[in-house]
Amino acid sequence: MPVDSPVVPVALTVNGKPERLEVDPRTTLLDALRDRLHLSGTKKGCGLGQCGACTVLVDGRRVVSCLTLAVMNDGASVTTIEGLGTPDALHPMQAAFVACDAFQCGYCTPGQILSAVALIDEGHAGSDEEIREHMSGNLCRCGAYANIVEAIRTVAGQEG
Amino acid sequence: MRAFTYERLDGDSAARRRADTTDSAYVAGGTDLLQLMQEGIAAPRALLDVSRVGTDGVTAELDGIRIGAGTRLTDAIEDPTVAARLPLVAEALAASASPQVRNMATIGGNLLQRTRCLYFRDVTTPCNKREPGSGCPAQAGENRLNAILGGSAHCIATHASDLAVALVALDAEVIVERRNGERSIRLADFYRLPGDTPHRETHLEPGDLITAVFVPIAATGLSSRYLKLRDRASFEWSLVSAAVALKIDDGEVTAARVAAGGVGTVPWRLPMVEDRLLGRTIDVATLQLAAEAAAEGVDPRPGNAFKVPLLVNAVARALAAVADQELAR
Amino acid sequence: MNAPALSAVIGQPVSRVDGPAKVTGTARYAAEFVPDGLAYASVVSATIPRGRIRALDTSAAEGMPGVLAVVSHRNAPKLPYLERDQRPPVDPKSGDQLRMFQDDKVLFNGQPVAVVIADSQQEADAAARCIGIAYDETEPTTTFDPGRGRPPSEETAKGGRPGAAGRGDGAAGLAEAATTVDVTYVQAREHHNAIEPHATIAQWDGDSLTLYDKSQWVQNVVVEIAHVFGIEAGKIRVISPFVGGAFGSALRTWPHVTIAAIAAKMTGRPVRVELSRRQLYHSVGFRPHTLQRVRLGAAPDGRLTAILQDAAAQVATYEEYAETTLQPAETTYSCPNVATAYRLVEMDTNSPCPMRGPGIVTGLYALEAAMDELAVALNVDPVALRLKNHADINEKTGLPWSSKALKACYETAAERFGWADRIAAPRSMRIGTDLVGYGMATAIYHADRAPAEAEVILFANGTAVVRTAASDMGPGTYTSITQIAADELGLPVEAIRFELGDSTLPMAPVHGGSITLVSVGSAVAEACAAVRQKLEALTGEGSIAERLRANGLDRLAASAKASPGEETKRYASSAFGAVFVEVRVDEGLGTLRVKRMTGAYDVGRVINPKIARSQCIGGMMGGLGMALMEAAEWDPRFGKVMNANLAEYLVPVCADTPALDVTFVPSEDTVLNPLGAKGLAEIAICGVAPAIANAVFHATGRRQRHIPIRPEDLIGT
Ligand SMILES: Cc1cc2nc3c(=O)[nH]c(=O)nc-3n(C[C@H](O)[C@H](O)[C@H](O)COP(=O)(O)OP(=O)(O)OC[C@H]3O[C@@H](n4cnc5c(N)ncnc54)[C@H](O)[C@@H]3O)c2cc1C
Ligand code: FES
Ligand code: FES
Repeated sequence: MPVDSPVVPVALTVNGKPERLEVDPRTTLLDALRDRLHLSGTKKGCGLGQCGACTVLVDGRRVVSCLTLAVMNDGASVTTIEGLGTPDALHPMQAAFVACDAFQCGYCTPGQILSAVALIDEGHAGSDEEIREHMSGNLCRCGAYANIVEAIRTVAGQEG
Repeated sequence: MRAFTYERLDGDSAARRRADTTDSAYVAGGTDLLQLMQEGIAAPRALLDVSRVGTDGVTAELDGIRIGAGTRLTDAIEDPTVAARLPLVAEALAASASPQVRNMATIGGNLLQRTRCLYFRDVTTPCNKREPGSGCPAQAGENRLNAILGGSAHCIATHASDLAVALVALDAEVIVERRNGERSIRLADFYRLPGDTPHRETHLEPGDLITAVFVPIAATGLSSRYLKLRDRASFEWSLVSAAVALKIDDGEVTAARVAAGGVGTVPWRLPMVEDRLLGRTIDVATLQLAAEAAAEGVDPRPGNAFKVPLLVNAVARALAAVADQELAR
Repeated sequence: MNAPALSAVIGQPVSRVDGPAKVTGTARYAAEFVPDGLAYASVVSATIPRGRIRALDTSAAEGMPGVLAVVSHRNAPKLPYLERDQRPPVDPKSGDQLRMFQDDKVLFNGQPVAVVIADSQQEADAAARCIGIAYDETEPTTTFDPGRGRPPSEETAKGGRPGAAGRGDGAAGLAEAATTVDVTYVQAREHHNAIEPHATIAQWDGDSLTLYDKSQWVQNVVVEIAHVFGIEAGKIRVISPFVGGAFGSALRTWPHVTIAAIAAKMTGRPVRVELSRRQLYHSVGFRPHTLQRVRLGAAPDGRLTAILQDAAAQVATYEEYAETTLQPAETTYSCPNVATAYRLVEMDTNSPCPMRGPGIVTGLYALEAAMDELAVALNVDPVALRLKNHADINEKTGLPWSSKALKACYETAAERFGWADRIAAPRSMRIGTDLVGYGMATAIYHADRAPAEAEVILFANGTAVVRTAASDMGPGTYTSITQIAADELGLPVEAIRFELGDSTLPMAPVHGGSITLVSVGSAVAEACAAVRQKLEALTGEGSIAERLRANGLDRLAASAKASPGEETKRYASSAFGAVFVEVRVDEGLGTLRVKRMTGAYDVGRVINPKIARSQCIGGMMGGLGMALMEAAEWDPRFGKVMNANLAEYLVPVCADTPALDVTFVPSEDTVLNPLGAKGLAEIAICGVAPAIANAVFHATGRRQRHIPIRPEDLIGT
């Protein structure tokens, strides 16, 4: 049945934790994470799929959370940067980003890291060229790309 | 965004609610529709989510290959049948958008994405596509990205899809579910030229749901190349693209399928190029002569005249690459 | 404690101290604070380039769910907008800043004309689209027509952007030249496009105001907003611990900060204003569209006899932002005759503002491209031509350089790049279908310093806190300042916490112009020295912690102020560099890829080579975007940027990244500051665009006298 009420229920599993929300159907997954769950590690850069700052994993796949509504993800499992590691226990990709200085302002960084984690999963870390192509949905205006590629190469090498 | 109701449709097609009013819309991946809604270009009051109606997946059938409309672009690229028998499609998709968007976007949605014309995307300026009769500022404005083929005085917006370019070269059909049954529309007939009704982009009827695209067997298994030119190395729609699939037997072209993107108001098949190839013996001069036919009928504007030589050269380069593949076979 | 501490950490490639916060998403940017009861704003922008608002229908919007208020000139409080005694260096020297909702005038397309505040962002955005506005339009001025250029006002000229400058006799120098070039270059309007959008959260508590703001200068926001609202500066606090890139766009206090404060006042709720990507193109500044004519004259041996450089840049009608575009003409080379002319072309647009390497990068683009043309005309190597004209002193001021290792930069970069392999004739190097081009350019950016204060507190547990109201938009201030303090205090980096980005902290200058490290770093070093002195006055021995405990103290604090001194009157200071680039051009397909870039820089002492390298590769990517992609597509009929997004305003993506090689030549500038550093944010983008443009000529034999250079320019005929 169509839902006419101004708010609709959405159940998400976010970083392993079940979350039940009542959302305005207009709420994007990004806004639900940032403004409702206060998981502001997921960044908003454009709201139009054009920068990648809002990248999260939905059911293990990387997506731009600004171009999907929260309601469209009812029942999905979402991983945000907060779900990877903490400052005291960094995920290997987070540690590699620090070690390789793969960021400056840090605003694109959570999106880059989630994209990078997914990229290795997808098997796209075969060469620097392949990494560069498959990281091209994440803009870094500070221009840290060369170091981002290095960080990914390092982690891929450890895992491979 | 204007407020709307949201409903997720399931696989039961008989009982299905349809987006058959002007203020209702299907949403699949949402990657274009949400942009349009965020920018105030689209404002549906009812959103019908078709992402779980069960139209995803690729099947090899006796007479061709069927790609479900709900298939995510990534899944289509990685599908072994697509990779082996429709490499042109895989290549066009792999050069589209970003990995994240490809994980969300669907085949059906991709064919229906709206133009990137700067005036269409900015609601504060006139645009005949958005607001019929308001005018087309692109004619004498920023038209670097606009079409050199198929335009009219009312609209020169390009069709932005890379996939559609590959598919139109392969004689694909769009399978559509209507209330009273299923239809198949050749992709070549699916899109409308803008003429004086640029807001009407396809021959879909209200409520039509795309369920699949189908590529006939004759167009599968060909050597091919999708050459996409853009300003930056990735993550950009086509400035100009060339889709080429050929079969060469004993040095003679026995199948030629050529189309171009970034240049037409609809995905642009290039039959004249094909004619200059079919039955000919392949050599450099033949390829060049054929490629030059791509410019037949162009109507460029000052801002996009460069697309004419770019188109010819892209077609020539793609032809040469495929000819090499075929000759090496 | 007078001798500088033994350098244990300065110069080490320490990982960013704020790295763990940034990679885990715990670093909090302006829009991410969550005061209780937060409401959300959506700004409504004008859609005409000039005129008046005739009618404004807010009734529909006001009746929409969740809407708390709609504010426009009809109901906004009248604000005093007091004139400041002295305008801050980040503001234009003449004209009037945009005033929010004070009258019905529209000065450019995109000007904020109303704001909707609602319980949620969705509700605010939806209501904002339902506001009906009728305008009375007046004939706008929206073309960039250099013929209309006028000299800058007296105030602007006094601020170092004169209509005319130079030395000797330019015309005579040109007349006596054996070889001349006379060329015109155009540079597109560019937008900063930091990935973090500008955002402000305003919260009133009685008559006190807290602003969480994306800012490169929190203390200036305080003063600015105090003047706008006519309230005491002491009542305002600005918090900005992390800035998601800015590149100059957050130097000034833009109108949306005022909007946030008005909205919060009128609703009695804390309010967030976050600008959309499209709005950013008309709500903050940009690098102005600039046309330049360069005439160079040289003697047969290659010595410059004349440099004449004219620039015309776009400017808003209401405010006069001008740049130091023509300064490189005066300082980069030795030349007896220099004449520059600067013009401003008024347009109905939002006001431009500094963007990384402001002015200099623009002037240098034209100068360095022209130098390449001169080298070709003289048939000499471009590096040799530059060495021949090396400026041993700053000939603009006649002062010696406080340090200069530019020759070492040329030499090092040329060597590492393999410049010797270049075949001089254009179109002579090829790989497959690609033409190969090598190009180079000089980089120069003046090194400045401003007064700053810092406080250092030592704790009995062996840790220390360093505090100053600086910012870190990405260059690594958090880390490099921590390193300086670590060395001065003899503590490990981990024992030091550096607090910045809060206006209540000790005074810090603007975070721009590459001055933060030398200015704030010097203050921190002095504060550290002061606290050590206090420590040494205490009885006892051993570590800091032991001594504090021995004296029954749980903390020991000291503050210091450090200012540039007389040295600025006796020396000129600048960072220098040389950039070499290899491009591959496929003329058939109009494709150009930068294959590799080598830069060697003289930036004085490098506090942290890892972070410094990041700055440089970032600058190289910025320069690459400038050279090949970035252009606001301006439609004069609407007076607006049409490609106002990140899909059609192109910036480099990961796949565009060339091999990047960065070297810092040995250098130390202890005249400019005791740390020996010169600052390096801006220098890294300088010279990149002309090096690429010069490489394109070398590859193709065709001169492209505009940037960006795109497929349409390259496609063979
Ligand atoms: C940043 C960015 C870059 C991109 N770059 C490229 C590129 O380089 N090349 C390229 O080709 N594309 C590109 N795209 C476009 C992208 O491929 C499309 O947005 C996407 O394919 C649309 O699919 P979707 O499922 O998300 O469609 P949606 O956004 O869900 O829907 C799009 C339209 O199709 C309708 N629709 C969807 N499914 C059906 C159906 N089954 N039956 C009937 N109607 C339906 C919807 O009602 C809507 O009108 C890019 C997109 C983004 C965001
Ligand atoms: S915010 Fe989602 S892609 Fe930019
Ligand atoms: S680190 Fe600043 S945008 Fe990537």
